[in-house]
Amino acid sequence: MFGNTLTRGLCATARLPLPLGEGMRVRVVRFGMWILTLCFIAFIPQAEATPKIQHWSLANGARVYFVETHELPMLQIQAVFDAGSSRDPADKAGVARLATALFDEGTGELTTDDIASRFEGLGAEFGASADRDMAMVHLRSLSDSALLDPALDLYARILAAPSFPQASLDRIRAQTLIGLQKDMQSPGAIADKTFYRELYGNHPYARDTAGDEASLKTITREDLINYHKRYYVGANAWLVIVGDVSRRQAKRIAERLVGQLPAGQAATPMPLPTSPSTARVQRVNFPATQNHILIGQPGIQRGDADYFPLFVGNYILGGGGLVSRLAVEVREKKGLSYSVYSYFLPLRVPGPFMLGLQTKNTQSEQALKLAREVLADFVAKGPTAAELEAAKKYITGSFPLRLDSNAKIAENLAVIAFYGLPLTYLDDFIGHVQAVNIEQIRDAFKRRIHPDTMLTVIVGGQR
Amino acid sequence: MLYKLSGLLVLSLLFAACSQTQETTLANGLRVIVREDHRSPVVVSQIWYKVGSQDEPEGITGVSHVLEHMMFKGTPKHGPNEFSRIIAENGGRENAFTSYDYTAYFQQLEKSRLPIAFELEADRMQNLLLADEEFRKEIQVVMEERRWRTDDQPESLVQEKFMATAYQVHPYKHPVIGWMADLQAMKFKQAQDWYQRWYNPANAILVVVGDVKPSAVFAQAKQYFASVPARTLPTRSDVSEPVQKSERRVHVAAPAEVPYILLGYHTPVHTSVIQNKDAEWEPYALSVLAGVLDGGQASRFERELVRERKIAASVDVDYSAIARSPGIFAIDATPANGYAIADLEKAIRAQIERVKNEPVSAEELKRVKAQVVASNVFSRDSGFYQAMQIGQLSAVGLDWRLLEDYPKRLQAVTAEQIQAVARKYFVDSNLTVAILDPQPIDKAKRRPSTHMRGGDVR
Repeated sequence: MFGNTLTRGLCATARLPLPLGEGMRVRVVRFGMWILTLCFIAFIPQAEATPKIQHWSLANGARVYFVETHELPMLQIQAVFDAGSSRDPADKAGVARLATALFDEGTGELTTDDIASRFEGLGAEFGASADRDMAMVHLRSLSDSALLDPALDLYARILAAPSFPQASLDRIRAQTLIGLQKDMQSPGAIADKTFYRELYGNHPYARDTAGDEASLKTITREDLINYHKRYYVGANAWLVIVGDVSRRQAKRIAERLVGQLPAGQAATPMPLPTSPSTARVQRVNFPATQNHILIGQPGIQRGDADYFPLFVGNYILGGGGLVSRLAVEVREKKGLSYSVYSYFLPLRVPGPFMLGLQTKNTQSEQALKLAREVLADFVAKGPTAAELEAAKKYITGSFPLRLDSNAKIAENLAVIAFYGLPLTYLDDFIGHVQAVNIEQIRDAFKRRIHPDTMLTVIVGGQR
Repeated sequence: MLYKLSGLLVLSLLFAACSQTQETTLANGLRVIVREDHRSPVVVSQIWYKVGSQDEPEGITGVSHVLEHMMFKGTPKHGPNEFSRIIAENGGRENAFTSYDYTAYFQQLEKSRLPIAFELEADRMQNLLLADEEFRKEIQVVMEERRWRTDDQPESLVQEKFMATAYQVHPYKHPVIGWMADLQAMKFKQAQDWYQRWYNPANAILVVVGDVKPSAVFAQAKQYFASVPARTLPTRSDVSEPVQKSERRVHVAAPAEVPYILLGYHTPVHTSVIQNKDAEWEPYALSVLAGVLDGGQASRFERELVRERKIAASVDVDYSAIARSPGIFAIDATPANGYAIADLEKAIRAQIERVKNEPVSAEELKRVKAQVVASNVFSRDSGFYQAMQIGQLSAVGLDWRLLEDYPKRLQAVTAEQIQAVARKYFVDSNLTVAILDPQPIDKAKRRPSTHMRGGDVR
């Protein structure tokens, strides 16, 4: 029923421990599971619990990552392509998302209805989506071959030759436009879009992943076909397989799903974003009871040399749920906001460092001032020894929780694969965290985080 | 928030195998249920209190949820927020949630840390300190939460108004988070009374799922919780909603861009029919019907309303058979461009008439049942959801052993049963409709204004 479950905290980088029925709510809240995956790569300290990653490459250049687990009779497939929305042609924002949304709309002679009733008649779940960096095509099926084989067959056909029917393009474009309209009635969504647009300027990360009204209207079926042809190729593909199959089966599955794609070419390197040189405040008036405040700058990329000091430091600043400095100062001590957080979103090139909160209109200035003070103080002085100790205990102690299901293992493998992190990344992670000291955090924050030249977005007003 | 859940997803969350689940009850009345899952060296511990917003009298709506927030504010032994700090330092994740029917607290930990969670939960079950100063800050946080969840979200406002219309007597008419005026007037004494009244081992259920042995968990539970004194439970007021006599309609005007409609029929849940041999199958039939209408891309609503007629941009069904009191079979939708809310409502109601007039096809039934089988396996990939299933059933007064038969019971549903529940419950006099009337968001006002701020940040 409606509004039937409230959680105590929805903290961006901490966790969204969502009970029954909160699933979709995660997407309403801008900080969905993706950020969790992207911010924290998981691993397990006990040797026996670390998933054994098997890795090989196919003739067309596609790279395969496989974890064999037989506890449950199911299989999880995640194909990842360097085909996220940052690859949208400059005047065609929205192509990447539309392409993924149209995958299950047709292949060969099969219609949308055919595909839907085949997958669902097998109990299989198919889905595809795109964020700024990655396009992902997902399948979950029972491992019983009578169900798995036809599901894999259909998946392979879709991936190799989606038909992108014109009628489907028209319909899904119209739905996307309505989605954009709904965003315009949400102060949180407006703040998020404004933040990316203003922070990234001419960089591809500036654009909304869904595109915009003007660009969506110009996208043709030809654009989708060309996009698929260019980016859904072996040299641009990673395949993650987790579940109840043998290595031999996994090899056959990989060949069948992505081995047949043309080799093609890898996507070109993503340009680096520029950091702002002066502080700027962007206000958007909106009839709401609260102000939504976002403060930030470009942060770090995957594999960044400062990753571990910044990651551990941010846990202390605003990543550690209700025990972070921001949560204690802004929420626990002053009662100014339900949710207050900071996070790094490491992407192919520096994704944002973002600090966010929402508070009623009349106390917006007070909350903003306090959040800025907490940030500036942390950058200037770094953490205390006790804070660092507590952060390390949490990050190392909670690692088993990050890989305790096939679904989570697959999500983590996708990040390791796509960003080219070493196969030993999980095994080395605790060592890297343990090695971080106060001076490194202070040094990394001072060099990388600049409270005096940040972008501030404030959305809200009167109601 | 279930409003966007498809029927399929609702199904998928329901089942877990129960063969490795055991239960005991301590002398003070605390029930302890343990399920083994040895795939990873982790454990989830959830404590469910059988108190939710439906237990709240008029005037103090939202107090269960406010108390949930206050439960992190400390005891004589542990200061404010220390609970969260201790769990975090032990590598644990924790949180809490409140619904109409229950309030629950949970921790996810590496398996050897389970006693730490038990010690803290047992402490705050009996020794919570409710200081006025902490309360006055936290009630502000809760009001911010209400603004964020409801007041600034047009569709949430419609859902709140829907419940306040479909229910006229039963406390489901009140939002879980409470009315703003009640929150503004609330005193810490009221939260304290609520704690004294309901936080009692005999009103609680401890659910543990993970890489543990039931006998060891029972012993640990005894060690930490046995000393919590037993108390007598207050009697619950058992209010039932009178049968609705005519269709109800309500409009909500709010700043918005896109119209939205929500239709819902009063429907039974397991607790309301389980003793009735002639009706106990009905919630199963309603669950499968939800899957036929909205269980994936092949479902009727997606196929016919979204793809063929293109009259809906989105349409979703929400029905949950697990609740303490009878619930709502709800359909919410956004019209596609060019269609008015009235067109969409007509199309949805025509679909409803169809399930009343003709049996669903064998193929549709087969598809939903295949999803039931697969979902049963997929749901076991998450220890947390397994604990949720057990806890939710137990907290609303059902036996968690129901889970064992659940897939079988859904598989047994026939086309005739689906038609029968549709005919019985999908009648106009049992219907409530809530509609969002978008009000202009002043475009001129919304235009961004930029001003530079040099070095004056902070």
